[in-house]
Amino acid sequence: MNPIYDPEGELTPIGSPEAEADIPEVEGAPAAATRSQVRREQRRVLFRSPGFVIGVGVVGFWVLAAIVPSLFSSIGPKEFSDAGARVSPSADAWFGTDSVGRDVYARVIYGARPILIVAPLATGIAIIAGTLLGLLMGFYRGWVDEVFSRIVEAILSIPVILMAILVVFTFGRSQPVIIGTIAVLFVPAITRTIRSAAISESDLDYVTSAKMRGESGLFIVSREILPNVTGLVVVELTVRLGYAVFTYATLAFLGFVAADLTDADWGIDVSLNYTQIIRDVWWPSIFPALAIATLVIGVNLITDSIDKALKS
Amino acid sequence: MLRFILRRLFLALITLAIILVIITLIPNIAPGDPARKIAGGTASPERLIEVNESLGLQDPVSAQLANLATSVFTLDFGESFSVAKGEPVMSLVWSALSNSAKLVGFSLLVMVPLSILGGLVAAYKKDTWIDRTIVNTGLAFSAIPDFVAGVFLLAFLAVPFEFFKVQASAPPGSSALVQAQHLLLPVVAVLMVYFGYIARVTRAGTITALDSDYARTAFMRGLSTREVFRKHIARNALQPTVAVLGTQLGYLFGGMVALEIVFGYQGIGNLIIRAVDRADYPVLRAGVLTVAIIYMIATLAADLLVAYMNPRARANLGEAS
Repeated sequence: MNPIYDPEGELTPIGSPEAEADIPEVEGAPAAATRSQVRREQRRVLFRSPGFVIGVGVVGFWVLAAIVPSLFSSIGPKEFSDAGARVSPSADAWFGTDSVGRDVYARVIYGARPILIVAPLATGIAIIAGTLLGLLMGFYRGWVDEVFSRIVEAILSIPVILMAILVVFTFGRSQPVIIGTIAVLFVPAITRTIRSAAISESDLDYVTSAKMRGESGLFIVSREILPNVTGLVVVELTVRLGYAVFTYATLAFLGFVAADLTDADWGIDVSLNYTQIIRDVWWPSIFPALAIATLVIGVNLITDSIDKALKS
Repeated sequence: MLRFILRRLFLALITLAIILVIITLIPNIAPGDPARKIAGGTASPERLIEVNESLGLQDPVSAQLANLATSVFTLDFGESFSVAKGEPVMSLVWSALSNSAKLVGFSLLVMVPLSILGGLVAAYKKDTWIDRTIVNTGLAFSAIPDFVAGVFLLAFLAVPFEFFKVQASAPPGSSALVQAQHLLLPVVAVLMVYFGYIARVTRAGTITALDSDYARTAFMRGLSTREVFRKHIARNALQPTVAVLGTQLGYLFGGMVALEIVFGYQGIGNLIIRAVDRADYPVLRAGVLTVAIIYMIATLAADLLVAYMNPRARANLGEAS
């Protein structure tokens, strides 16, 4: 049945379940309409997947804690608790206190901020640069692509964390350096993914016809190819966000961040307190470690559900 | 095949050259006097001159690059500044490397069979609760940073059970078994981080192979599941796994920096951190380069193995061109 030429004259309203089920079979249906419907369908699948809901809940909680920490904790991260030092978790101090008597719960809440400033900023810069580079390399090919591909491979052959150590060591430990380093080190991986997608898109008819229409390369890349790889860019964005959280936490643990050691920062708190675990004082390091784990797993749940929704 | 090997070797050399350029450039493009950055803010003027001379930082970049390249091929990175003052950098790197090799070797021994088994079980039980449990726990664990896994293991295994050791380095002169016992916790941490990833790759490869026509034909000929797997599927199904293991080997050597710190293990990652703490740039540079070269060799080996397993992969690079 073709809903557009329905003999009864009853046009199925676009967006109703029937319309979504029928239109993909319609020959000659406007491409734009089909695409927006596919998108809507994907969003529906996404919002209903439990992984996505849990992931957004967890990440949302930490984002809120990073923006308004006072909402969750009436105690400051550097205040000394009345309970004293090394007190195990109790009603007075939910997550206990650390070796100098600061409230671990307050430090976990306030510790969300540095990681949630660095990771999204670094990821944002990396995704813009990587997508642009990948699209241009994949579309134009040629020797520039060859050269950049080799450089990408070379950078990928050194573990990100080692490269970050080397760069932060020579450039100094400031927040812009750390954001910039993580961003630059993530560009190669993003470039590689987007480039191979751009190569397969470039072989398709719509790109050929755009070329024959005489469109400029920049137009084809930004208006023709980019909209067709957005899904991939979104997946790549969330994947890298997870890695950025991972990388920042590791750098903080190793002491490569700008923060002063008394600032609330999950990685720093784990590194300052983990040696006490063997003396049974586990709470000052395990709670920030759990915070890192929940944030990374939350981001990964979102990534995984977006990936599944796009493939559904 | 020979042509493929040659072309692949050539590409590896180009990668190495680019890595050398990047490592040479880093101190030169950093703002400020590179010697001061390297020697640390409190270094005396004499120390700065010394650093400048020993690293040739006043030379043109091309000369620095040539020096570094010579260092790689002669395996001579000069003397350590401060980690072990006056000792050749390479002797520090070698001893750290042999420790890392023990950790990596033991990890692979545990991780590879378990993760492949997990992936195979998940593929054969596709879409059941077993499959979902393997995939989801693997996914959750592989997301968390290695040091977080290490800290959890300290709290939940090392403290309650005497058997698990807090220190990964056994006392000198210990038997291989005692050494392995000390290495157990970091190995479990590596397993947690990698299990999900490798199991997922194996699962995907096996599902593709099981869906193929040749597998269906083999089943129809009445072969048992085990026979079909061994004779027809294994080769194809495990190719992605081999490729992934190759790329991860370099990361296993150099990427477990934080894990080595947690368990006080004297591997290459720990050496690099000590070099940073004491502003020992020659050791730092040699350490990072070593990891890059190991990665290069590992991916090369994996590519050759994949090419051996699948002639079509050869055509992608070299033979067809």
